[in-house]
Amino acid sequence: MSTERLLEAHGLALVRGGRMLFEGLDLKVAHGERLHLAGANGSGKTSLLRLVAGLLQPSAGTILRAPLALADEHAALDRELPLAKALAFWRGGQLREAIAAFGLADLERVPVRLLSAGQLKRAALARVMASGAPLWLLDEPLNALDSDGAALLASAIDSQLAAGGAVIAASHQPLPGDWRTVELGQ
Amino acid sequence: MIGALIARDLRRAGTGAAWLPIAFFMLVATLLPFAIGPDARLLARIGPGMIWIAALLAALLPIERLIEPDRADGVLDQLALRGLAEESVAAAKIAAHWLGFAPLLLLAAIPAAALLAMPLEALGRTELALALASPALAAVAVAIAAITAGLPRAGALAGLLVIPPTVPLLIFGAAAAGSGQSAPFLLETAVALLLTAGAPFVAGAAIRASRT
Repeated sequence: MSTERLLEAHGLALVRGGRMLFEGLDLKVAHGERLHLAGANGSGKTSLLRLVAGLLQPSAGTILRAPLALADEHAALDRELPLAKALAFWRGGQLREAIAAFGLADLERVPVRLLSAGQLKRAALARVMASGAPLWLLDEPLNALDSDGAALLASAIDSQLAAGGAVIAASHQPLPGDWRTVELGQ
Repeated sequence: MIGALIARDLRRAGTGAAWLPIAFFMLVATLLPFAIGPDARLLARIGPGMIWIAALLAALLPIERLIEPDRADGVLDQLALRGLAEESVAAAKIAAHWLGFAPLLLLAAIPAAALLAMPLEALGRTELALALASPALAAVAVAIAAITAGLPRAGALAGLLVIPPTVPLLIFGAAAAGSGQSAPFLLETAVALLLTAGAPFVAGAAIRASRT
């Protein structure tokens, strides 16, 4: 993989349930780049993200990737613990900054089970930010976020890109900012 | 990360229904004399076998809480993204489950043996047999939990899947507890080692296969 790139995928194909979701797909993501995986429901956006993450194996093709972090629909946080302790389990080097960046400082002592869907989404995004991974994978990042949460996410993404990282977001809706778009299901 | 995962699972077991398998174990030991009658010789003769059956069922009781919650909440995916092999995750979960139930089970076996009028030497053999087999019981529970995670009616399926790997353990373990001979102990140990060593690989493959 080129040192200028955080992700290089060639000829990706994925068959799920006997249906070809995509084939011959090439993806390249460089430092400081944001890539929007767009497409209708069922077009394979989430599957492509999981494939890039290494959680699924492609039916064909190769992937070279930098260390990455994923925020999907699951919070992956211990519901009985206070938020700060639940996040600390994942041992991010930038935990304090991430909690502040997503406006969660006031919720640090609140058990995860009492958080709203939007607060859980922020917590999942904070987990990604805290990891310090150069490549972020975000699945439907705007789901459940209010306008304040969306603004905090946009700011966190800007910081990630400024630090030389990159972001791939799968979303069926338009994302604020300047994204390179790959349309699936066409 | 492995140590943190074991500590986390232990804490979750402690704050959850960790007492349930032990309560179940004690319930069986308490009710048996009422069902069999006050014949101390009969109770002492069947005691080791009954303790073994109760211990086996108690170890398998929390199967649905061992893997499925972490699968459903994306924790297993996040562990994989941090470079932890599924086999390592399974081994950590086996260790946590074992630490969570085995010491309590060995303690609970003492009053259970008294309730079943077992002599002291039989209690000693039973404790040793349970101690040898308890890692295998934890390993089988985690492997079956991984195989059935996310499946409909997983509890019923787990009950069926558990029988084949645990029957040899039950046969040799109960024989070791009931007799003073070394052969059943050796066979029990061999079976326990095989199950304990193989379970992380079975569970790891099942976790990978459950990803969608």
